[in-house]
Amino acid sequence: MIWDVEFILGHMNYWLFIVLMMVGFYIVVAKGNLLKKIVGLNIFQVAVFMLYISVGKITGGTAPIFPADLTGHIEYDPSILYSNPLPHVLILTAIVVGVATTSLGLALIVRIREGFDSIEEDELVEIERAMMIADNAEHGSSMGGRA
Amino acid sequence: MAGDVEIREVAMTLHAQLPALQIVVPFMTAPLIVFFGKRETAWWLAFLSCSVSLVISYLLLMQVIGGGFISYQMGGWAPPLGIEYRIDAANGLILFLISLVATITMPFAYRSIQAEITRSHTLFYACLMLCFTGLMGMVITGDAFNVFVFLEVSSLSTYVLVAMGAERDKRALTAAFDYLILGTIGATFFVIGIGFLYMATGTLNMADLADRIQGQESSRTVRAGFAFIVVGLGLKAAMVPLHLWLPRAYTYAPSAVTVFLAATATKASIYVMLRFMFSVYQPEFVFHTNVLQILFIPLALLAMFGGSFVAVFQTDMKRMLAYSSIGQIGYMLLGIAMLNQSGVSATMVHMFNHGITKAVLFMGVGAFVLRAGSSFYDNIGGLGRKMPVTGAVIVIGGLSLIGIPGTAGFVSKWLLVQAAFENDMWPIALLIVLSSLLAVIYVWRVFEVIYLQAPNEWSEASDPPMTMLVPMIILAVACVYFGIFTDLSLGAAGTAAEALLNGSFGMAEPSLDTSALPLDVPHGAGDAGADATGGDH
Amino acid sequence: MINHHHLILRVVTKLLVGAIILFAFYVQFHGDFSPGGGFQAGVLMAAAFIIYGLVFGLDKTQEVLPPWVVHKLSALGVLIYSGTGVWSMMLGYPFLDYGAFDPGHPSHGQHTGILAVEAGVGLTVAAVMVTIYYGFGARYPHISDEDW
Repeated sequence: MIWDVEFILGHMNYWLFIVLMMVGFYIVVAKGNLLKKIVGLNIFQVAVFMLYISVGKITGGTAPIFPADLTGHIEYDPSILYSNPLPHVLILTAIVVGVATTSLGLALIVRIREGFDSIEEDELVEIERAMMIADNAEHGSSMGGRA
Repeated sequence: MAGDVEIREVAMTLHAQLPALQIVVPFMTAPLIVFFGKRETAWWLAFLSCSVSLVISYLLLMQVIGGGFISYQMGGWAPPLGIEYRIDAANGLILFLISLVATITMPFAYRSIQAEITRSHTLFYACLMLCFTGLMGMVITGDAFNVFVFLEVSSLSTYVLVAMGAERDKRALTAAFDYLILGTIGATFFVIGIGFLYMATGTLNMADLADRIQGQESSRTVRAGFAFIVVGLGLKAAMVPLHLWLPRAYTYAPSAVTVFLAATATKASIYVMLRFMFSVYQPEFVFHTNVLQILFIPLALLAMFGGSFVAVFQTDMKRMLAYSSIGQIGYMLLGIAMLNQSGVSATMVHMFNHGITKAVLFMGVGAFVLRAGSSFYDNIGGLGRKMPVTGAVIVIGGLSLIGIPGTAGFVSKWLLVQAAFENDMWPIALLIVLSSLLAVIYVWRVFEVIYLQAPNEWSEASDPPMTMLVPMIILAVACVYFGIFTDLSLGAAGTAAEALLNGSFGMAEPSLDTSALPLDVPHGAGDAGADATGGDH
Repeated sequence: MINHHHLILRVVTKLLVGAIILFAFYVQFHGDFSPGGGFQAGVLMAAAFIIYGLVFGLDKTQEVLPPWVVHKLSALGVLIYSGTGVWSMMLGYPFLDYGAFDPGHPSHGQHTGILAVEAGVGLTVAAVMVTIYYGFGARYPHISDEDW
């Protein structure tokens, strides 16, 4: 059978991960607006979070919390199937990193906007090229070099 | 497991706590600096904690230089589950390098930063300490996900540090933004790789990973994980097709930041790459897939020639050195690609030697920027005569960069050539020498500019203040010292390479007990250390 | 003054802020027994200040919580966290081994330790979130000529 439906549907989370990741990656690479780049970066990261979280899912598993009664005594029932909590914990860390990256990126965009008066990549490249040509005109002539 | 043991008679000495202190000291300094919020206190705190880190890393290196490893359990949770700090000769050497450079950069940074940044000095030092913590953490940890966390700690603070150059040149902002985008993509690739490894093995501890990965060499998950990890770390290490963030970031960052980053940041990434290639994925896996020979050698050669070639045509000394860094990273990758012991130890030694060499050169640039306002060749013309000590230091650094015998750079290139001959790759040995000739050209250009050109008549430059001179002199002496007395660097690198390539690095049996530290722990546990130190399996 | 606008918003916000802070404390301290903890509580706490800032203005919020206090608090949280670890080291245990706080009964020690650590996390997360809000909110946008 050419289309192994079982295989395709059984790996649905991976397909979604790939699609989401590529959407994010595409935005980062293809869009010139710096804000959109940050948005794409976020989608890219979230795709990875979802990969991790979907890996932690165990079919039929429940939230990995041991119920404790009022005295603090913990009932552990080995027949209950728990999901794997470790990926969630890891991703909690990664989410925090993602928030930090996003806010730092946005802060840089604000500063770039103040400095260059633009957040479009092609305009920024244009401005920087002009600056570099000016640098070369000022400093490069004596050495005959290019920057 | 802490919960199972009712009463644990643990009484760890300060000596046994060293691995944790190595990270905790710089880590706590950052919030302390922000908390006190005074400019002078900030510098003193940062310098003090760097010095303490240097002492700690020296003590740790001395313990592991002969072989064996130290394992430290974070929070008392035993390694396969808990986070483990694991120090052997390989990361001991890199820890020593990073803390050495940090300590020596601090006095230099004091005046340099005063001149180049007007605001937020406390936050600057806090960021620098966080960056330092992150790099040390990446190197010291034995837990794969922990590497990612520390990687991001160092990266995020690096973006801020680079952006702080915006006061002098606003292009620092776009440089930092580019680095942020690329760095985050790299780090995310690395996380994907770790995720694949976790799927295949269900563990994150590197030693445990190495164990469980065996027999799964043909698993596509494991192979994809390898690819993602190499690409992710390659981005952070500025491997050649992924290097585009580096020249701009180094050029526009404040001088002190460039000194620190050039000497440490890429080295830490390359170390982690080595660790994953040879400890987590066993060398057989790497040999088997042949990815290194096919991919790394051309890329490394491209870096060596391309980076050096572009460096020749620069008009700004700082930017020239940044491109030269890309070329030098090529040598390190070439060492890895040799896949033999001399190659890997050449990489280790070159990381160390190139770290101190580049630190010297960028410090020289920092001194020029302080006196001449910029590092463009026509601004620094003739300054070598006006600033004799700085000039001399740059000459020593430059010679070491080329690899003249008697300097540190020679030792590592010699090892690299040796490794190429061992593999019967004499064309590559030839190419190493040829690319060094390119280094002669761009270094000679600097010599010519700073000595043979007429100084600008307006410049009344003199050598920079003592706080900047002393670090430069120390590092220049180190360049010569490690070129002649190679016991420390070669010894550690040899041990490290042996451990890495034998795939052992104490990986076989993770020690489950804190008392198995090869240290003088009370309660008569000292003899247990003998098991842990046995390196070869 | 804009004081007379958005009457409902302002009244509701005043009522909500207290409740949000209370809920944040609940999530913080009940995190021992149920889902919750420092991260979530910190964000909730910051949300209380941010919604206050959105409705009443940044300067009003900064009267309640000046930026320099927020900076110190964010550092203090990290210090509490790592201080807990250093304290356990001083007791002769590994870094952040909560068993150190009650050697006779490690699970009690775990409770003590996690409470202290989560307090640090909550403080830092709240402070950092508010800092981010202040950082972006305090910047007046520069409008170029074409944008008019």
